Amino acid sequence: MTRYIRHAACFCALLLMALLVNAIRVQVFQARAHDTNPANRRENIARYGRERGDILVDGRPVTGSRDTGEQLRYERTYRDGPLYAPVTGFASQEYGTTLLEHTEDPVLSGSDPMLTPFPLWNDFTRRRNPGGDVVTTLDGAAQRAAFRGLAGRKGAVAALEPATGRILALVSSPSYDPGVLSGNSSRVGRSWTWLNANPDKPMLNRAVRQTYPPGSTFKVVTAAAALDAGVIRDVDAPTDSPAPYTLPGTTTSLSNESDGCEDLSLREAFRWSCNTVFAKLGVDVGVRDMTATARAFGFNDDALRVPFSVARSTFDPAVDRAQLALSSIGQYNTRATPLQMAMVSAAVADGGQIRTPYLVERTTTAGGSIVDTAGPRPVRQAMAPETAAVLKELMTQVVTEGTGTNAAIPGAIVGGKTGTAQHGIGNAGMPYAWFVAWAQAERDVQPKVAVAVVVEDASAVRGDITGGGVAAPIARAVMEAVLNSKE
Amino acid sequence: MTKAGTTVAPADTSARAVRLPHRRGIELALIVLAVLLSVYGYCAVGLARHGTVPPGAAGYGAGLGVLALLAHLAVRLRAPYADPLLLPIGVLLNGLGLVLIYRLDLETPGDRAAPTQLVWSTVGVALFVAVVLMLRDHRVLQRYAYVCVAAALALLILPILFPAVNGARIWIRIAGFSIQPGEFAKVLLAVFFAAYLATNRNALASSGRRVWGLQLPTGRVLGPLLAIWLISVGVLVLERDLGTSLLFFGLFVVLLYVATGLTGWIALGLLLASVGAFAVGWLEPHVHSRVEDWLHPFASIEAGQGPNQLAQSLFAFAAGGVLGTGLGLGHSVLIGFAAKSDFILATAGEELGLAGLSAIFLLYALLVERGYRAGLALRDPFGRLLATGLASIVALQVFVIAGGVGGLIPLTGMAMPFLAQGGSSVVTNWAIVALLIRVSDSAHGQYDDKETP
Repeated sequence: MTRYIRHAACFCALLLMALLVNAIRVQVFQARAHDTNPANRRENIARYGRERGDILVDGRPVTGSRDTGEQLRYERTYRDGPLYAPVTGFASQEYGTTLLEHTEDPVLSGSDPMLTPFPLWNDFTRRRNPGGDVVTTLDGAAQRAAFRGLAGRKGAVAALEPATGRILALVSSPSYDPGVLSGNSSRVGRSWTWLNANPDKPMLNRAVRQTYPPGSTFKVVTAAAALDAGVIRDVDAPTDSPAPYTLPGTTTSLSNESDGCEDLSLREAFRWSCNTVFAKLGVDVGVRDMTATARAFGFNDDALRVPFSVARSTFDPAVDRAQLALSSIGQYNTRATPLQMAMVSAAVADGGQIRTPYLVERTTTAGGSIVDTAGPRPVRQAMAPETAAVLKELMTQVVTEGTGTNAAIPGAIVGGKTGTAQHGIGNAGMPYAWFVAWAQAERDVQPKVAVAVVVEDASAVRGDITGGGVAAPIARAVMEAVLNSKE
Repeated sequence: MTKAGTTVAPADTSARAVRLPHRRGIELALIVLAVLLSVYGYCAVGLARHGTVPPGAAGYGAGLGVLALLAHLAVRLRAPYADPLLLPIGVLLNGLGLVLIYRLDLETPGDRAAPTQLVWSTVGVALFVAVVLMLRDHRVLQRYAYVCVAAALALLILPILFPAVNGARIWIRIAGFSIQPGEFAKVLLAVFFAAYLATNRNALASSGRRVWGLQLPTGRVLGPLLAIWLISVGVLVLERDLGTSLLFFGLFVVLLYVATGLTGWIALGLLLASVGAFAVGWLEPHVHSRVEDWLHPFASIEAGQGPNQLAQSLFAFAAGGVLGTGLGLGHSVLIGFAAKSDFILATAGEELGLAGLSAIFLLYALLVERGYRAGLALRDPFGRLLATGLASIVALQVFVIAGGVGGLIPLTGMAMPFLAQGGSSVVTNWAIVALLIRVSDSAHGQYDDKETP
């Protein structure tokens, strides 16, 4: 019997050996696949098990974390949620993350290996880093001024510091409170459905994700192209342009909002925003040079990240001469994001240079030590410095004695350009009111702010809704806020 | 386990004069170690969860310590030659089980199982003490073989009269306590099998005809055995408790083989097992779904219904990795229902890692090995079969449930010996350890010059 008992013992040993081998299989070889299975809640529990890092504006957090005591413990909260929503985006346990919450998620959630004191240290200790902070370039006062100025109307504001490319304000209206999407309750689901079904699209970031026909504000680009290409050598010389202007190759005639545009010089045509003069200028410059200049300003570029992606602003390079004429006054297929138009204005303000805009000044660990800083940004020459100087002068005149007088700020040099963009089939839609501008305090050596404002649904009758009437006061408020903020 | 070492000296004439060591001091030291380890685990849970040593730590340690000491005193008094490893392993596994259940209680504030488990452990140790004190010689049990089998069948049939719980009719509820009579039945059946086979093994092995190289025993010998086995398995299939059914079958085959040494039994057993498993797995919907889950543990995820218990169990094991998350820091509570009972091993796997899990498996292996060693050292066939049977119960049970929650075999509900929540299981396991202590005492004591067998 002894032999058989030994056999039975060996059998039991085999069973236990199989268990050990199976444990190794599951815990070592399959571990990674199981850990990363989307249905495995552990990753989420760990992610929400600690407070998320904060997003800072003017050194103060505009975000927070709330301890719910639930399985997914911490929920995101927002101070002034609607105001900063186009920058922060949301961080939802149910619907993921967007905008800065998305692009900076590794830092905010603490998963960025750069937050670790020593390489591989956390792999060994199984500790998770506390979430790091993201310091933005925003100017809170400018942001608030823009938000107040839009006052819930559909529209957007983008403001930049021309010398650096720092984004000072990024506002989209109407907005929403991202805090309502933070948790995972049924209320969050209802909010999500409601926000997505809302015809005003409050979650659309109009400042960077929506393109509009830029209308007359695009004349800055057309003027730059004409000056750089040598089509215009003297801004005060008559331009030999008829009014109304018959689009080349068609019988369609283009007219102006105001009279007396015939043969006006570039200076006067810019001041009074003559469509006929600029349409003809665009045709004279030609599609190649127009496209090149537009591209130099940042059009047709879909690689821009601030750090979240910016919609591609377009200038159609495959157009006939009639279409080119319309494209040159910011119609036809010409479309721009408000941020793109702020870059146009910034290029004028900064001697023709465009610096890639950015939103994140630096990221830090929870303890405050720096993880990453923005550093110097790439520079691109959009136009010759002399051209920029001329345009600066032209834009200043628009504010002192043209269509943009509403943007004037006492004690500061302000340059601007109005725009009223028509859209819709047969131009039947309500026009968009545009204003692009820059401002330089008299004590400063260079402009400190460039801004673009677009207001979609100006409810007044057509004609009244020119950029000068609706958009310029908002731009002024934003620029004033920047100039007044202490530095 | 073939080398007996110092404990089982070759039974030559000179050994008669040697006084064998009792090794009770070793047992006491190991018990102290086991209690300290358990208290350490209890404190680790509190430190990880609240940053402080839990207030009940001293009471818990004292309670476990007193229980272990009482058991030790009983052994010292009445089973001085017993194997010194058996009791410490039982204490450590029981203590660890309490720690794991206490840890899971923190996640389910409305449902505290640890205090009840401690009460049942006390009952278990009381039974252990009673068995060690009152059962002076294991051979006495041989006389009660038929009483045992009658009791076992009664216990198996009893739950059919009670309502089903979670699809299985294996519980009876009396005064707020749930009892699983099948747990007790397995010890009684092991005693019966051992007694019956010890008496009839020669008839089974040598009489009857040979068919296809198989030595078939006469119907007169095999009949009663087969009938009892069929009844018990039939009852279990009716009660939908497949784990226990599998366990009885395995026990039956192992003991039959050990008693007769006929390999034909293994072939026949495997054949019967596979036919039975196939038929039940195909026909019985409850079991069929378990097989499906085993083959495709993530099917419910792909169907958009979220992970099922087996998937959650696998996630828990995987999350533990090699070193584990540390006690109190895992999320095995995601398994949900039965996390403290059938799936308790997943918590061990997640929080103690592969290292801890291997240690637990090795503790079971050691327990089984000690049982087999006692069986090898004994001379009377009943004792040998009883020790083998009891050790096999532990080994098979560990395999069925650990393999089930680990995705090795289809999952069948069963309690991890000592670790899992469940009063009947703990009490039964203490009874098994008590019987093993008794047979190992006989096994070693028979060589001592004081003993007169």
